[in-house]
Amino acid sequence: MGRFHRHEDGTAHDHGHDHAHGHEHDHAHRHDHDLGDHSGYDTGPQRVSVLEHIFGENDDAADANRAALCAAGVVCLNVMSSPGAGKTALLERTLSHLQGSVRAGVIQGDIETSLDADRLAGLGAQISLLNTANGFGGECHLDAPMVANALGRIDLDALELLFVENVGNLVCPAEFDVGAHHRVMVCSITEGEDKPLKYPVMFRAVELVLVNKIDLLPHLDFDLALLEANLRTINPHATVLKVSTRTEHGLDDWYAWLRARLAEEPVAALR
Amino acid sequence: MHELSLCRSIFTIADRAREGRPVEIIHLQVGQLRQVVPRTLEYCWGLVTEQTELHGSRLDIDHIEVRLRCEACSATMPVADSLVLACSACGSGDVTVTQGEEFMLTSIDLGGRGDGQVPPARGRHGARSRS
Repeated sequence: MGRFHRHEDGTAHDHGHDHAHGHEHDHAHRHDHDLGDHSGYDTGPQRVSVLEHIFGENDDAADANRAALCAAGVVCLNVMSSPGAGKTALLERTLSHLQGSVRAGVIQGDIETSLDADRLAGLGAQISLLNTANGFGGECHLDAPMVANALGRIDLDALELLFVENVGNLVCPAEFDVGAHHRVMVCSITEGEDKPLKYPVMFRAVELVLVNKIDLLPHLDFDLALLEANLRTINPHATVLKVSTRTEHGLDDWYAWLRARLAEEPVAALR
Repeated sequence: MHELSLCRSIFTIADRAREGRPVEIIHLQVGQLRQVVPRTLEYCWGLVTEQTELHGSRLDIDHIEVRLRCEACSATMPVADSLVLACSACGSGDVTVTQGEEFMLTSIDLGGRGDGQVPPARGRHGARSRS
């Protein structure tokens, strides 16, 4: 709108004026007619065009993380779920399975404790714990700068595979690119069939859904077909694997999926 | 939930763009697929700007509805509040989100009284819908 222009120092703004006519714009923002002085103050507002993505800073840090991982030849997975779905149990099984064949590491996000990191200790993997409780309330997700911090404490050259175990939460982690190559989630059948519909952003963001606690199926009124149908309406392309971290049912399919990702060239640019 | 950290990012961008000048309104575009609660965002904005030169400024949130393009039949359509991401014409799930993932600081309005007082709300501003 108005006389939009950009200065040599990179700032850009427009000088607002009232229009009685329409005209074409070559930029993305909307045409406002509320410029000018409607405020009752002596001077009218001057609108400065900004057009910056609010996730921009995080996304730049995520790209840098991914570049560092690619340079070291490390495949990185962002593992997300609600609290208690079985992320740590899955990683316990997985690290045990991979021990001696794949050099793995874990960045573990936890609001307060080291309980989960303690569970993974001694399984042959490098563990880097990220407590998110600094600040107030504790962050409900990991973001790319936090993961960058954790990456600094890991010997990437000694790794082939890195799991980022996100904070248990189906909302916020889906919004933040941490710089992983693959986003996967654990969804347990004790959570209800409607979860894909209630948390579409999370279910849409992932390429693999591990449906966990499948051993409990005979004991629950859980409609597995309904869960899959709901998932398909949100994310028709996701791979779905039914597993039990307790009985190890289906975990071979997960290990095969992982090895297929390890055999690929990690992708530098995602999003 | 994560609105506090989002407000910190908004603050960084707005503070850089204002170049030391007082700001009255920060205009945002927020797509329906972004899991942002407007009232929480506004509340957190008050917390983040407390005792800063942006205290008293407010957020103007332009909500962008979700629109899809069906890759099977090429239809384009809005998405109902249920957020079923499938084609309403042919039922295909092979759809591309063409709108509704925005999360952008579009512009700032300079001005305000610069004395930390919250200006009175004005009719055209505040949360509104857009299709």
